[in-house]
Amino acid sequence: MKIVVLVKHVPDAQFDRHITGPANTTDREESILSELDEYALEAALQLAEERGGPKAGNEVIALSMGPSGAVNAVKKSLQIGAYSGVHLSDDALAGSDAAATSLALAAAIRHISADGRPVDLVLTGMASTDGETSLVPAQLAERLSLPQVTFASSLEIAGGQVTARRDAGPYSETIEAALPAVVSVTDQINEPRYPNFKGILAAKKKKITSLTLSDIGVDASQVGLAGSWTVVESAEARPPRTAGTIITDEGDAGIKLVDFLAAQKLL
Amino acid sequence: MANALVFIDNPGAALKKSSLELLTIARSLGETAVALTGELSDDVAATLGAYGATTVYRPSTDDLDNYLVGPKAAYLAAAAATSGATAVLLDNSPEGKEIAGRLGIKLNAGVITDVVGVEPDGTAHKSVLAGSYNTSAKATTAVTVLSVKANNVEPAPAGEASVPATTTVDVPGDAVAGSARISARAEKPVSGRPDLSEARIVVAGGRGVDGDFGPLEELADALGAAVGASRAATDAGWIGHDAQVGQTGVTVSPQLYISAGISGAIQQKAGMQTSKVIVAVNKDAESPVFEIADYGIIGDLFKVIPQATAEIKKRKG
Repeated sequence: MKIVVLVKHVPDAQFDRHITGPANTTDREESILSELDEYALEAALQLAEERGGPKAGNEVIALSMGPSGAVNAVKKSLQIGAYSGVHLSDDALAGSDAAATSLALAAAIRHISADGRPVDLVLTGMASTDGETSLVPAQLAERLSLPQVTFASSLEIAGGQVTARRDAGPYSETIEAALPAVVSVTDQINEPRYPNFKGILAAKKKKITSLTLSDIGVDASQVGLAGSWTVVESAEARPPRTAGTIITDEGDAGIKLVDFLAAQKLL
Repeated sequence: MANALVFIDNPGAALKKSSLELLTIARSLGETAVALTGELSDDVAATLGAYGATTVYRPSTDDLDNYLVGPKAAYLAAAAATSGATAVLLDNSPEGKEIAGRLGIKLNAGVITDVVGVEPDGTAHKSVLAGSYNTSAKATTAVTVLSVKANNVEPAPAGEASVPATTTVDVPGDAVAGSARISARAEKPVSGRPDLSEARIVVAGGRGVDGDFGPLEELADALGAAVGASRAATDAGWIGHDAQVGQTGVTVSPQLYISAGISGAIQQKAGMQTSKVIVAVNKDAESPVFEIADYGIIGDLFKVIPQATAEIKKRKG
């Protein structure tokens, strides 16, 4: 099975994150592999291992689109266990919205399929932890004309068919689709593994392919700010919340709390 | 020709408040049409008219519910083309956002999710990076697709009710080809409490509840609130994953958020810091949640919460 896992290099949410520049784009200093993508990578590794791993011809390819630093998301994925990596990077990609991102990623996936071994499965996280729109998996499925099996909280593949559980809506649903497919997974699907010492050493020998827009047949006008269909016209930092009244319970804090709620007209 | 098209997925017997909000926003953009799936009851048709919808589109097939996202997006694209609408509005549920995404590709239209307000010219307001920035965004395309969060406008009927015309939209024959099929569907257990993402008040518990959500549920019921939880509490299995508030769970923005036994690490903060009023109860005075709380109580939640619940019941009679 040939699996592509989409991995995004995102600003670390442990620190303050910022929007900068004339196009109001996200500052990507201090970035890390998006936590939610680790679940997709783990799902891919489990599927490949169940089928005999790399020796049996399985592939787990970590694909990241982003500036030069985004190669670190690929490297981290290789340390965790991805078999090889692809880094799509081009100055013209900067500022891409979800539509432009899905266009570039669809072209990259077609390129990865063009070696005679078509991709069976594209795995992603349920959202990026920066943009948080959840648009890219759906838009990628639309662009590749593939079934989308999104927000999977469990996943099985047998006989060329994907079966997943989806709990994202008012129902708990069983979803079925034929391969190839685009699948996004939630943080309920598994416990992602950590890179170990052996994995970190092994990653140094794994191959990372660098791609530019011309490699994947995409024109600069189709992506980035030029190719995006939305613009962010303004961005204002919200004033940080400040602490209000803090009291220590002296036996009547529950009553005082109700007094506070009543004063705020919240009862 | 309509200016705005509202997508309403299976309204059932009565329209949800979030659908009424979408209709109210749509009317501020101009003439409003509705693309509906599922049954159209007389009551729902009357409400759509009262909210100013002039046309209700219905799909030529009742098979859409058996597939995930793709075929509904194909139907909505056909309805958008028929209506001539320049703005399409959907709810901000996971499926609403995904239908919006695929619709955008089908129509070459810019998509903006998590919208909290819309200007008459289609400019959308949203909050990003876990509530740390407010942004204004706009589609540069002929059609704008917006998924709008609940609870940001007060639903208001139109001054003059209309009787909407009903029109069937042909769903393309290949719409279900290559789509994922929903082979089974089970109702989730119903709590009887308000939906977490739409509740006016949320009472949330974390590691400090130590497996016992009972006192929090009693407070929630006294306040008519939804019950939420931190990731630590859902990961421990004390409460269902659907209750998780935070970066990887539900983002809430209620009038009042009561946090009990939650330290308030970034993961949790990301999901609730745009709440209007935050109350925190925690034994540990060093908990980061106190940095953002409007009213903080350093104390034992098992004493403070039941006392508050009893006092609320007493005052409400």
